[in-house]
Amino acid sequence: MANTNSKPGASDTDVRDPGRRDFIVVATYAMGAVGAAAVTWPLIDQMNPAADTLALASTEVDVSKIAEGQAITVTWRGKPVFIRHRTGDEIARANAIDSAELRHPEEDEIRVQKPELLVVVGVCTHLGCVPLGQKTGEVKGEYDGWFCPCHGSHYDTSGRIRKGPAPTNLEVPPYSFLSDSVIRIG
Amino acid sequence: MAAEKFSNPVVRWVDHRLPIFSMLDHEKYDYPVPKNLNYFWNFGVLAGMALVIMIVTGIVLAMNYTAHVDHAFSSVERIMRDVNHGWLIRYIHMNTASFFFIVVYIHIFRGLYYGSYKAPRELLWMLGVVIFLLMMATAFMGYVLPWGQMSFWGATVITNLFSAIPFVGESIVTFLWGGFSVDNPTLNRFFSLHYLMPFVIAGVVVLHIIALHRFGSNNPIGIDAKGPQDTISFHPYYTIKDMVGVAMFLLLLAVAVFFFPNAMGHPDNYIPANPMQTPAHIVPEWYFLPFYAILRAVPDKLGGVLLMFAAIFVLFVLPWLDRSPVRSARFRPMFRIFFWLLFIDCIALGYLGGKPAEGIYVLLSRIATGWYFLHFLVLLPMLSIFETTKPLPKSISEPVLATAKGVA
Repeated sequence: MANTNSKPGASDTDVRDPGRRDFIVVATYAMGAVGAAAVTWPLIDQMNPAADTLALASTEVDVSKIAEGQAITVTWRGKPVFIRHRTGDEIARANAIDSAELRHPEEDEIRVQKPELLVVVGVCTHLGCVPLGQKTGEVKGEYDGWFCPCHGSHYDTSGRIRKGPAPTNLEVPPYSFLSDSVIRIG
Repeated sequence: MAAEKFSNPVVRWVDHRLPIFSMLDHEKYDYPVPKNLNYFWNFGVLAGMALVIMIVTGIVLAMNYTAHVDHAFSSVERIMRDVNHGWLIRYIHMNTASFFFIVVYIHIFRGLYYGSYKAPRELLWMLGVVIFLLMMATAFMGYVLPWGQMSFWGATVITNLFSAIPFVGESIVTFLWGGFSVDNPTLNRFFSLHYLMPFVIAGVVVLHIIALHRFGSNNPIGIDAKGPQDTISFHPYYTIKDMVGVAMFLLLLAVAVFFFPNAMGHPDNYIPANPMQTPAHIVPEWYFLPFYAILRAVPDKLGGVLLMFAAIFVLFVLPWLDRSPVRSARFRPMFRIFFWLLFIDCIALGYLGGKPAEGIYVLLSRIATGWYFLHFLVLLPMLSIFETTKPLPKSISEPVLATAKGVA
């Protein structure tokens, strides 16, 4: 019994004009595929940042209160941003090295807008931990910048990777000076 | 034997070790289906599709929902306003819930009309009633999650049903709530169970289909297929027929989602839950209204609750209440009249459940409730004995061929 009914379709189609029947079948499948894709997109896109998340994508910070040699941490898009008011010595050391020798060659001057103010995202470029070195007394690593305790990456006073597994320098977020004392990150 | 069916060598290799392709092939081509099914036989597939839509949109909504009394309402509003396409996904979820019940109610009445619950399909029918019960529980808990006024007071009233149980009722309600009122613990457990239940339903659906495929679908004239001349293969004949129904279903769903998304909801649920104030007129979702009417028809707390649950449980024993050997209402003239009276009775109960419990509505609810139980408990057993049925055709093919000759 099963055999008499098995797999109709090809043999049952209109033998006089198989091309037309094939076209209908292919067009139906194509239409179904387009419909399925159109329905799937909203289900996937809902995982992207929502409107209210995007609305919180910038942070304003008053940087005038940071004393020379001190640093603060602010939150931007849920991540820490390190803002360090560097000393003359720290700036000099950041510029002393030939950047071509670095793993991720970047001049200090392209990483800052004002030399005394370094703004970097405080997330290790290795696997996303927050490096130490913001607070007085914390380990700052061999290059007096930051040290990531997770896997031992050392960053210098310009936030550049000098030693350890991290592949790139600490990221400099987009920011601008709204006035001499206030910056807007993002 | 089965392996030679496939020309693709990869399919053949896999099928030899894991015969899933043979299984699919078996269900698609070898599964014989009576050739006279009408469009009412679409509704099982439609219900299955509704379940899939609910699970997919539900998983996605759960990614954006917060099950906490302080955040639930605003997280749903965030879904509606801020989450990408969130409004669409939530409206699909809301409206498919209603469509799921519409489809299942038609599916149930189809079974009642054509006697699909009769031997040897009693377990198939009872598993269907289990699915219906699970659906009601899932829908109820889902309606609580947005934490609007109707959510809160619906949860309060329905959980309080259990307080009608003598002696232990109050303790059970406290247990269900996880406290002394519907509150954060209640919301959390409802969310957990609302996520779990659809998968339980899917499991019972698998059993439902296994039971179905044991003897195959019933059909509009309700007699068994006598051989290959009475059946056709499921694919492509019924897959294509089901696709017509699916297209109609999706079309109507789209109309509801895009043009009347809140028509089957209640505006009070867009007011955040307030445990200090009950809305003046609270009603459950439309699909619970017939049962709600039965609950309110009885002037006794325990009696109302028992009768409401009895209205569903009577369906479990239906195969043994209706003893008539003839399945389809087409050959049962008296049964057919009473079927339509029952149908009107259920619509009436639904209407009355949405009306305030006062005046004439109470009396009408009692009459309608009485008729409901009269139908199942008295009329059906009586009909089984006294009804004279029309002669059955010899085979499924016979009436079809007779009509064909008549037309020719």
